[in-house]
Parts: sequence; C-alpha cells; structure tokens
Amino acid sequence: MGKFLVRRLLNYVVLIFLATSFAYLLAATNLYPRGYFEQMQPPPPPEAVDSQLDALNLNDRTPLAQRYATWIGGVVTGDFGRTVQGGDVTSQMWTKAGVTLRLITVATILGSALGIAVGAYAAVRQYRRFDKAATAVSFFVLSVPTVVIAIVVQVLAVTLNDGLGLQLLRYSGEYSAGFDGAWWELLGNRIHHAILPTLVLAVALFASFARYQRNMMLDVLGSDFVRTAMAKGLTRRRALFRHALRTALIPTVTYFTFTFGALVSGATFTEKIYGWHGMGAWLIDSIARQDVHVVAAVSWFMAITIMAASFLSDILYAWLDPRVRV
Amino acid sequence: MSTTEESTAPVKAPAVPPAPNRLKDITRQLLGTRRVIVGLVLLAVLAALAFTGPLLTSWDVGGRDFSSMLEGPSPEHWMGTNRTGQDIFTQATAGLQKSLLIGLLVAVASTGAAAAVGAFAGYFGGVADKGLMWTADLALVLPNFVILAILSKHFAGQGGWIVLAILLAAFSWMVTSKMVRGLTVSLREREYVHAARFMGVPPHRIILRHILPNMSSLLIADATIMVSAAVIGETALSYFGLGVQSPDISLGMVIAEGSSFATTAPWVFAFPTALLIVMVLAVNMVGDGLRDALDPCSKSRRRGEHHEH
Repeated sequence: MGKFLVRRLLNYVVLIFLATSFAYLLAATNLYPRGYFEQMQPPPPPEAVDSQLDALNLNDRTPLAQRYATWIGGVVTGDFGRTVQGGDVTSQMWTKAGVTLRLITVATILGSALGIAVGAYAAVRQYRRFDKAATAVSFFVLSVPTVVIAIVVQVLAVTLNDGLGLQLLRYSGEYSAGFDGAWWELLGNRIHHAILPTLVLAVALFASFARYQRNMMLDVLGSDFVRTAMAKGLTRRRALFRHALRTALIPTVTYFTFTFGALVSGATFTEKIYGWHGMGAWLIDSIARQDVHVVAAVSWFMAITIMAASFLSDILYAWLDPRVRV
Repeated sequence: MSTTEESTAPVKAPAVPPAPNRLKDITRQLLGTRRVIVGLVLLAVLAALAFTGPLLTSWDVGGRDFSSMLEGPSPEHWMGTNRTGQDIFTQATAGLQKSLLIGLLVAVASTGAAAAVGAFAGYFGGVADKGLMWTADLALVLPNFVILAILSKHFAGQGGWIVLAILLAAFSWMVTSKMVRGLTVSLREREYVHAARFMGVPPHRIILRHILPNMSSLLIADATIMVSAAVIGETALSYFGLGVQSPDISLGMVIAEGSSFATTAPWVFAFPTALLIVMVLAVNMVGDGLRDALDPCSKSRRRGEHHEH
C-alpha cells in the first residue's frame, strides 16, 4: 500500500510539472505582455518597456528557453515570478487560493453529502413520489449551465432584496468593504456573503451526485449480498447502511475525481459572477491583462487541486473497499 | 481449406431463421419511451428553429435597428432588441445553430477519439496501454480552461468556432477512453476475437469489426451526453468572451450580452437562456432514454425492480 501510494505521488508530481510547464509555454507564446505596457497613457519609450519586461522576465525578445529556465528555477524554490504590475505572484496566490478553497470545500461537502443522501434514498424508494421528484429536479439542474444558475440566483436575490426593501441576501463580493467589528461579526459577514455562491456550486454538484448515487445504489440493492444481509436478520436500516450504501459509495468516490475538474471551472464562473477575488476570477482577469506568470501559477494550482482530489479518492477508495487494502 | 472453398462456391444458401434485428428492437424500445419521444420532438423543433429562424425575420444576424434599442417584444422584433438594437430572436436562433453544430461536432470527435484510444490501449496492452492512459491522465490535469481561453482568442475570426469545437473535443475524451479500455480488455479474451486473430485478421480490423461494435451502446449514449456537455462548456467560455469570437455568434455570447440586463430588460436574457436549457434538456432526455434502451444491465435492473414491488 505504501509503495503504491508513493508511486502514485511520484506520478502526480511529474504530471503537475508537465501541466504547469505546458501552461507557461502556451501563455508565454500566446499572451502579449508588451502590449500591456505599450498601451499605457502616456506611452512609455520602448527602452523603458524593454527594461520593465526584462525586470519581470516577460520580455518576448529574450529567447523562450531562457525565460522558461529563469521561471522554472524560481518555481522550484517556491517563487512564481511577478505579475505584470510587479506584485509577487506567490503571496497573492495564497490569499486567492484560500478564497477558492473555502468556496470549493464547503460546496463539495454540502453538495456531495446532500446528493449522496438524496440519491441513495431515492433508490430505496424507487418509483415512489420522492424518487420521481428527486430525479426530475436533478435532471433539470444538470441541463442548466452553472453560469446560468449563478446569474438566475443573483437575479432572484436582487428581486427578493428589492421586494423586501433590505439586504437579506448578499450577491456581490466576499465581504462588505470597510466593514469593521468584532471577529464574530466579521465571520458572520463573510458567511452572509458566502451563502449564495456556495449554494450555486453545491446545487450543480448535488444534481450530478444524486443521479449517479441513485443508479449505483439501484445496482447494489438488487444484488445477493444485500438480500443475504437482510435474510440473516439485520434490520433494514443496518443492511442498507452497512452493506448497500457502503458498496454503492465506491464507484461514486471514483466519480468524484472526474467531476472535480468541472467543479473547479464551475467555481471560476461563480467567483467571477459574484465578485469573489479567488483563483478563477484572477485567471480570467490575468488573461485579459496578458499576465503570463499568473496564468501559469493558476494552472499549477488547478493541477494540484485535481491531483489532490484524485489522491483523496484513492484513499477513500481504499478505506471503503477492503480488497484494495493490502 | 476445403470448407472455405465450398462456402465461396455459389450454393443456394439454406433457409436460416432471420437474425434477431437489434436495430429494430432498439428502435421499438426507444419509441416506446416517452422521454425519448419528447426529447426528439423538442430537438427537431429546435433544429428547425435554428436553421430557419434567422431567415424568418427581416433582420440580419449582426444588423442593428437604431430606431428601437432595448425594446420589449413587438410585432417588429418578436423577442425584443438588445442595447444596440440587434434583434434577439435572430441572434438567439443563429446562436442556437452554432451551438448545435458545436455540440454535434464535439460529440462525434471526442467519442471517436475515445473509442480509438481506448480500444487501441486495451487491445495491445503493454507499453502502448501505459503510454496512452498516461496521456489521458495528463490531459485530465492540463489546465483545459487556460488552453481553451488562450487558443480561442488566438484563432478568432472566420472558422474560429471549429477550432473551439476541436479543442473542446480534445479535453473531453479521457474518461470515456478509460471506460472503453476496460471493456476492450475483457472483450479481447473472447473466443471470437481469438478466432479472428488466429485467422490472420489484422488488429485494426478486429478492433473495428469485433470490439467496437460490441460497445456501441456505451459509445452512443456517451456521445449524446457529450453533446450537452459541449454546449454547456461553450456557453460558459463564451460568457466570459473566451469561447466563440465575434464574427461568429453562439448562444453563450447572446446570453452573456443579455445577462447584465437580466433584471432591467428580462427578454434579452430569458429567451436565449430558455432556448439553451430546452436544448440541453432535450439532448439529455434522448441520451438517458438511449442508455436505458441500449444497456442490458440497466434494463434488467428496471425489470427486476418492477417484479420486486
């Protein structure tokens, strides 16, 4: 088991390295940071632009290999270079990563737990009213892009606030600017702002998990060992929880890895629409700003999260399926 | 040797009972499912709308009517106009056309790639298998969003949407290819595949003739799901101006333009969004019904459950 995990980890490191390098090379060849400086008002002299670009290691007249070598040398020591505005990418990244991770983690836990519970229960009550309602809802939600869900929820929040005449729901920003108070007030303020974006992400995740878990659970419920478990005198609840649900969770855990990439990009849109300063919003802004180093850093972060999710699902898998534990 | 010679001779074929026609079975079953019928009808209506809609109105796709900007539905503009006086109905239906085409193109390309890669890896095993599956892992980790965003800007202009479709396909084959590989590994050891191999049938022929047809149900169902995934992906990218670029128009772009008016001028946002949701819903309905009709496991499960209750 240990050896297996070490091999896995090594493979992950190689994959992350390749993905990040690829993103850097693509961004360095296709983005045009020179344009960012040239369009300044008043236009700076070309020498000034060159020296600026040189200082940032973004000069497109330096050979690509040399720029890449400088950049990767920094990355190895934990320095992701500078933004086009001269800020330190690494320190900015950690603040923004915190924002995104908070959003993703809470939404994942909420959405998947709810989805698994609803899906499993729907399978137990197959073709009853609950099952039909759950299937219809998840089917409909799956047909609506996250972007549209985010916008519609925002519009509804605006309408509700206008109707009530007070700020019941917050739909913009991560916290109120200039808000000051004790720590619990700050926390409350943040939670208040987090409700809608988390809800948007969780809803999309809920739908796919509910559908998948229902199908997996149906497969398991028909199998012999569940019948045996009930026949040997276990209560229905115990048989369903200990035997059926546990087995039906195994493929869902694998499925989680595959949906995680979609979740990360879904978070991008949600952040951008709700004005959160997370990784996704940073990425979209930095593409517009021709910011090569930020694009590479965000790519690194996304690769890391996807790999972490995959690693996590490996561990969960081993925990759920005794056959994997060696 | 002699048997083969005999069979090639023009002997009158003995009367064999007609082979069970799977296609007929499936068609009957599909037409018996309400979901599939509703989905197909919706899709047909949408396709008709997408290809005739822009011609029905007297407005051009990019044309502006400066006498009415941001006005609600009227006999002149069936679904109203946007801020710059463009006709929403014309724009949305033209966008729908592109979105449908992108969805179909991505589905065909990515399912084709998944089938080829998965079958090749599963059939040959060894280094080829390791290499291809590692490539799939790499493609899963690559920041597809970054790549799509950067390259779609690069290829902006006429025909840019085809590049976008190819790129979307390039990042959606991995999971299916892993499933195809798993199935191929088990099919490879079947007797008829062994027989074909010992008769000297070349590998590509075995894969095309004996292995892939056996998983057609998975592939068809997957292709349907891919249509909706591609349309949703395209919408999301276009919403941020990173997908389909300006001379081309897609549903995502129309929705993006309308979204800032969602509260003040709902028609700008509501109509294209409704079109998109109905379209994805229809595709999902067909896909879901197809999977039930084609997958023997899910069928037996349904039947079994019926008996139990």
